[in-house]
Amino acid sequence: MRPGSIILAAITGLIWGVTGIVVIAVTLTLITGEVALPQATAAGIAGLVSALVFVWRQSAVSSGGLQAWVIAAITLFVILMVGSFAAPFTLPLSTVPVWQILALIVFVLGATWATSVCLSGASLGAMSRYEREVIYIRIAKGVGFVVFTIIVALPFYVMVMTSLKSQQTLLANPLDLSIDFSQGLDGLLRSYVELFTQFNFGRYLLVSAYVSVSTVLLTLLFSVPGAYAVSRLRFPGQAFLSRSVLLIYMVPAIVLVIPLYAVFSQLGLRNTLTGLLIVYPATTIPVALYMLQGYFRGIPSELEEAGLMDGLTRIGVILKITLPLSLPALASVSLYVFMIAWNEFLFAFMFLDNPDIFTLSRGVVSLNSSEVPRQHLMAGAVIATVPVLVIFLWFERFLVQGLTAGSVKG
Amino acid sequence: MSAQNQNSESLGPPKGVGPMQRREMWLAYLMLAPTFAIILMIVAGPLLANFWISVKPVQLADLRPPTVLVNERVRGRPAAAGDSAEIEYRLRNSSQEAEVRDVVLTDAIPAGFNVTAVPDVCALNGSAMTCTIGTVEPGWRERLKIEGTVTDAFLAANRPERASKPVISGDADNILTSFDFSLENFRRIFSADEFWSVLRVTFYYTIFGTGGALVLGLFAAQLLNTAFKGRGFVRGLFLFPYVSPVIAVAFTWVVLFDPFSGTVNALLTKMGVVSDPINFFGQRAIEYSLFGIQMEFPLALTTVIAFEAWRYFPLSFLFILARMQSINTDMYEAAEMDGATPLQQFWYLSLPQLMGILSVLFLLRFIWTFNKFDDIFLLTGGNAGTRTLTVDVYEQGFALSNLGAGAAVAVVVFVVLVTFATLFIRFSPKEEGL
Repeated sequence: MRPGSIILAAITGLIWGVTGIVVIAVTLTLITGEVALPQATAAGIAGLVSALVFVWRQSAVSSGGLQAWVIAAITLFVILMVGSFAAPFTLPLSTVPVWQILALIVFVLGATWATSVCLSGASLGAMSRYEREVIYIRIAKGVGFVVFTIIVALPFYVMVMTSLKSQQTLLANPLDLSIDFSQGLDGLLRSYVELFTQFNFGRYLLVSAYVSVSTVLLTLLFSVPGAYAVSRLRFPGQAFLSRSVLLIYMVPAIVLVIPLYAVFSQLGLRNTLTGLLIVYPATTIPVALYMLQGYFRGIPSELEEAGLMDGLTRIGVILKITLPLSLPALASVSLYVFMIAWNEFLFAFMFLDNPDIFTLSRGVVSLNSSEVPRQHLMAGAVIATVPVLVIFLWFERFLVQGLTAGSVKG
Repeated sequence: MSAQNQNSESLGPPKGVGPMQRREMWLAYLMLAPTFAIILMIVAGPLLANFWISVKPVQLADLRPPTVLVNERVRGRPAAAGDSAEIEYRLRNSSQEAEVRDVVLTDAIPAGFNVTAVPDVCALNGSAMTCTIGTVEPGWRERLKIEGTVTDAFLAANRPERASKPVISGDADNILTSFDFSLENFRRIFSADEFWSVLRVTFYYTIFGTGGALVLGLFAAQLLNTAFKGRGFVRGLFLFPYVSPVIAVAFTWVVLFDPFSGTVNALLTKMGVVSDPINFFGQRAIEYSLFGIQMEFPLALTTVIAFEAWRYFPLSFLFILARMQSINTDMYEAAEMDGATPLQQFWYLSLPQLMGILSVLFLLRFIWTFNKFDDIFLLTGGNAGTRTLTVDVYEQGFALSNLGAGAAVAVVVFVVLVTFATLFIRFSPKEEGL
């Protein structure tokens, strides 16, 4: 028995007890709308004791009887119930009993599982520095997973759930993010229906799709020859170009916006989609060129030389050899440019005044006023997010490759 | 071109800068020309134009050049054929400061209106009327009256004077293209008290936003470096903040942290963590005392920085993860044999290997965070002590309608940026391939 090892096991149990009960209580609150106050002290002590029990049983020589984690789970449950006077979430058991029981089960199993994973192989006797550090890292990683998942998922969860609520329920209880099925599908999707019927979001969706796809096509049209030239052809300034093309990507849009606004106003291009379709490709071409040239370099030049020998022209080589070979790169560049164009806000906001040609970004901004209820704003956000997320998940592998293959986005 | 290429190939291997090589060069320039053209037009041109605008006293209203506005109406209320009436043109110089030269009004007299008298400046040729007005003063107003009688056709038509629109032509000095320069814009922005606080906020935002995103990214990369079931799913989830449109996530944060109906504040107050809701995006500072010293915690700025770190950690996470997975595992096996603990392995093996990508990411993200406009603009609108230089460009140029001052701030942004970019090129490790 070493005090250090005991303290380590105890702290592990304490951390998981407290983290677990807080996370579960907040989740319970958000799902049911009832304020579930976590009994953190009781859960912490329960976790602490159960962790010690777990390590003790685990390192016990006799392997008979119950599994170590089962005993730990029972200990956790009993101490938690006693310590919190049978109300681990400070709610009387009569309110939302099913959810409470479910939450309790999830907590007990989750905390026990996390503790047992962290402390597997631990003992109450002497442990080497190596063994202790393994446990530290397990705890840090476990807590990290919980924290990261919450901070990433919570805003999106709130976004979707808020968009499904009505004004009254939102104001009555901001914590109630449950789905109220009793109002039927019409009631649930009321915000979406109103956005599409009264706020013209169908049109914004089309405009956004048109602008993004056109931007992709224009960008490819410009950047494919450019990237090919930079990666394959020899000419003075080649090295300088391939290094400096990314510098253009560091010019902030806000510096360009005033002159472009002034000039486009005079030319009558400002409040038009043509204006956007001039600006968007200009901002995406450098990065597309950079990504493509890297890929083109990787294609063996012997293939192209063979094509040249067989009588193809350079253009023929590009169309018949280089492009078919670089389809993955073209896909990732296209998706990437699509995402940039779809998500673009500044120029759409500055240039577009006419609601007939709003892109989604611009359309959602116009919802941000005190006259439009919050759930409409969130529904607009969902409409803007879903297409890009679907595309992203569909082609995630391409995109991740593209993102890391020397690409970038501001 | 194809025939030429084939010809040159049949001539044997080129020596020196042969015709084939020259052709290749021209082909390269040709292929790059469209890219060059559009980048010159949309990036390089505006950059220079920005300097130009910054030394000019341009207001947003000046984008409409001074012109003469005209309004046409029929007066005299003619009731029957043969009644006399007059067509009146009201003219006005739209500008109170600039004159308009060579003003000419042309219009077609509506059908059924028999002209009896025209002003001296006007000449009638059939139904086409031309009035040569000449140079008009700033703020000038004038009425031109065409007298005549009406016929039934005129009376029957609905607003016959609308049939043709009067056309005005004239020249005026456009402030954008004139050669008046002044340093007034720079004087104004540098002497404003808030400018230095804006600069300070910009640096806080940039440094802590970048650092936060990097630290979170490094941590997240550690989490996903080991293989486990569902890793692909978690990786996709972690990328959500980065791939979602900025308007969606920014407004979600605003709704989430709203002091009255926001989930976070409701949680905090209901669970008794705080007694009153916190206005995360609206409160400039929280005062507290530490050891008897009054201190201020910049709340809104911190929330905005947290948003920045949250939204951009996925990018650094991806890059760091990609780099970590390319580290040779032999090294770790050797270290393991020698008894290095996990933390020692991280500190003495992983971190040095990651230093390259970390420094590149830091510089890149530093520059992009510095350039960021959308996020702060959507979250706080630059209020509550969160106005950075980029938001100030918008504030000066569009909210205060002073394009010149906005451009002057943009010049400051650009100068600071060039300094960073120079540092970036000087110190970027070449082997990272960025």
